[in-house]
Amino acid sequence: MQGKAWYKYLLSLPPMAYLLIFFAAPTFLMFFATFRYAGEYGGLAPWYLHEGGRLTLDLTLENWQRLLETDIYLRLFLKSIGYAVTTTLLCMIMGYPLALMIARSGHKNRDLLLLLVILPFWSNFLVRIYAWMIIFSPAGALTRMLNGALELVGAGPVTLMYSPTAMLVCLVYVHLPFMVLPLYANLEKHDLDLLDAAQDLGAGKWRRFWLITWPLSLSGITAGSILVFIPVLGMFAIPDLLGGTNGIMIGNVIKQQFMESRDWPFGSVLSMVLTVTAVAVVLLGSRLGRRREGR
Amino acid sequence: MEITALLEIVDVSRHFDDFVALDKVSLHIEAGEFFTLLGPSGCGKTTLLRLLAGFDQPDGGDILLDGKSITSAPPEQRPLHTIFQNYALFPHMTVAENIGFPLRMAGCPKKDIQARVAEALENVRLPDKARHYPDALSGGQKQRIAIARALVNRPRLLLLDEPLSALDAKLREQMQIELINLQKDIGITFIYVTHDQGEALALSHRIAVMDQGRIVQVDVPERLYGFPNSRFVADFIGKCNLLEGYVREQQGDCVTVDLDGLGMVHVCRSETKCVAGSRCALTLRPEKIRLAATVSPKEDESLFRGSVHDMLYLGDVTVYIVSLANGLLLEALLANSASGRTNFFEVGDSVEVAWSCDAGHLVLD
Repeated sequence: MQGKAWYKYLLSLPPMAYLLIFFAAPTFLMFFATFRYAGEYGGLAPWYLHEGGRLTLDLTLENWQRLLETDIYLRLFLKSIGYAVTTTLLCMIMGYPLALMIARSGHKNRDLLLLLVILPFWSNFLVRIYAWMIIFSPAGALTRMLNGALELVGAGPVTLMYSPTAMLVCLVYVHLPFMVLPLYANLEKHDLDLLDAAQDLGAGKWRRFWLITWPLSLSGITAGSILVFIPVLGMFAIPDLLGGTNGIMIGNVIKQQFMESRDWPFGSVLSMVLTVTAVAVVLLGSRLGRRREGR
Repeated sequence: MEITALLEIVDVSRHFDDFVALDKVSLHIEAGEFFTLLGPSGCGKTTLLRLLAGFDQPDGGDILLDGKSITSAPPEQRPLHTIFQNYALFPHMTVAENIGFPLRMAGCPKKDIQARVAEALENVRLPDKARHYPDALSGGQKQRIAIARALVNRPRLLLLDEPLSALDAKLREQMQIELINLQKDIGITFIYVTHDQGEALALSHRIAVMDQGRIVQVDVPERLYGFPNSRFVADFIGKCNLLEGYVREQQGDCVTVDLDGLGMVHVCRSETKCVAGSRCALTLRPEKIRLAATVSPKEDESLFRGSVHDMLYLGDVTVYIVSLANGLLLEALLANSASGRTNFFEVGDSVEVAWSCDAGHLVLD
């Protein structure tokens, strides 16, 4: 018995080492960086000083103070959370019926439909965003058709490009598979006898869904929501390309700190807050999912 | 006034593409009956049950409950419930919530639900399991909760789809006794589907034997076992020797049969008219055959010689396969009831078999 346990530890050693080196250590380094000064030409200043042959620590809290001095970062965080929540909800509303339809269709169609869901992954993320830019552009077919229709009812022309709408459409488009796939994996495993039993015991169509299918799929909804919420929270590419001047999210600011401003310590502060927010959401989500499933 | 059956199935058919799952099936089921649909897999018994529950629609025919057609009613509106093979308890609900589900669907007030759930749990002797989740229950307990859930709002009819097949042999026998008693106590009509002929004989008031989408025979267990109407029923219910032959002559209820390779025997249990010269089979249950080294035959017995071809020691009895003169194999039983005795014969021993003229039953082609 003890030999078996020993094997288990041995097997988990490589992934543990990997996570330690490439996840835990960098996270700690980044946390440490939040207390350091920025380097003169960007990057980080040394964290110790040579003073007359003695080593002294050269750390500061001013990066954290800067975060709290103004409410602009708080508002950016809230705005990003708002986008993430909206995207997650939209993905759920659109993804749930899709996942349910795929899970309940015949084996042959099921594979084809799943393939169609995964198909966008075959082309590059940025390429797909550029494709949306063409669709949204003022000279694009979509905008012209929309404005043509609006003109008929006497409404003014609208711009789709560089608007929150364009951003949301793209965010949902990119993240929809991350909602559909875990939901499908969950729904596909449901015992259909339970629905028959519920119907047999007097439940109509809606009650069968809300009392059986929905509560049993909560873990799938939680998994899908986490997979959508977290990447959207830190998203910078879509706001960069489609968001225009008002579309900036916290991910863009973090990117700016590291790339343009070269202020690594403050970028680290913002990153840490983002990471903690994401972890909090995951914990909350999984707890909610578990409680509703009655375990 | 004409007394109508509780449930009438009239000429019900169901086809799946070219496959005929049910072919003009008609049945009458009385109130308070424990009725079993018995047959091998693919005989249409589960299809029929799904039609009764409403999960499927017949291609022809009608289903009447209390004289009114329910054929087009959806399952949620039929006053009957199903026990599923895997129990189909809702895993995210407690035992109490599971049992309360049909009451909740019917719009019962919360207080009533609580009281009736408690009563139902009392009836299946699991009063302390109300707050448990189905995961925490054993197979037998799940079974009882499923029954409690199906009975809590007093359906007119309970449909049971091989409900004991997931249990081990010991527990199954115990649950069989519980089912019989439960049905007797509450008086609700049970329609029970099984492929296990032993279970059907043990539980049912009446059994319908099905084969290839048709009802072959409907009768009480004793008559089904003693007077099968076809080779299929004789073979499917219990163990049976089938001896082929043809009818020589009939005098009253006594028929003289010429068995292939064995010669003349008298069968004095025939109820049907036989035409001389027609093919028939004598169905002979192993326990009706006398087996000994030398049988001194009584007046009404037929005697044949053979040797032990194979034997199966089953503990309480030993099954001997006796090879008769013409190579025909006959199965006979000897009870191992005598103290200190295990086997009476060995393979190769020469033996004699005999049966009386009312031991077997004739099946006509």
